[in-house]
Amino acid sequence: MSPMLNAAIMFAIGCYALASLLVLYRLTIGPRAQDRVFALDLLYIHAMLVMLVIGIRHQSDIYFEAALLIAVFSFVSSSAMAKFILRGEVIE
Amino acid sequence: MNASFWVEALVALLLVLSGVFVLVSALGFTFLRDFFLRMHPPALAYTIATWCVSIAGIVYFSALGDGLAMHHLLIIIMLCVTVPVTTVVLARVALFRRRMAGVANTPPALTPPHGSDSEE
Repeated sequence: MSPMLNAAIMFAIGCYALASLLVLYRLTIGPRAQDRVFALDLLYIHAMLVMLVIGIRHQSDIYFEAALLIAVFSFVSSSAMAKFILRGEVIE
Repeated sequence: MNASFWVEALVALLLVLSGVFVLVSALGFTFLRDFFLRMHPPALAYTIATWCVSIAGIVYFSALGDGLAMHHLLIIIMLCVTVPVTTVVLARVALFRRRMAGVANTPPALTPPHGSDSEE
């Protein structure tokens, strides 16, 4: 792995970390519940991107499956929470 | 197990682009003032940033191994299917709760309220 690719990976992960901190701030102060649900969904996506970049860093395919699982869990948890704060129950 | 210089340069460019787009979307999501404005910047993270990282993975693992490694496309397809569902439900949540809170300038409901037979 060349130093150029290594630096790009470090830059990308640093950007994800900074973005996650910003989204975490919105998750903390979010005035309404839907802000917090959306922030949680965005944090899931950041975790998935970090998994993909770490997979490139380690030249391994295992991280791809973890990223796919995180994407699935992101959809399930966010839509369940959104449905809950919309109607008061998840499955009616 | 070494990719050529141009492959690594392309992968590095895509990763830097995705980092910049994620940062821009998080800035917009944090500092815009209304929920309906804040809903839009995360689309950058959902589409362009994820596409950049996935295409970087496709290019890099195709250059490392033999043959195309297209399975990173699954993530793009997965997000294309699931993200609009979550976003539309959250937009409906925001509209519904805003209507319940009695905020001015809220559009009325299209369907009649509860108690009528026409619903479902």
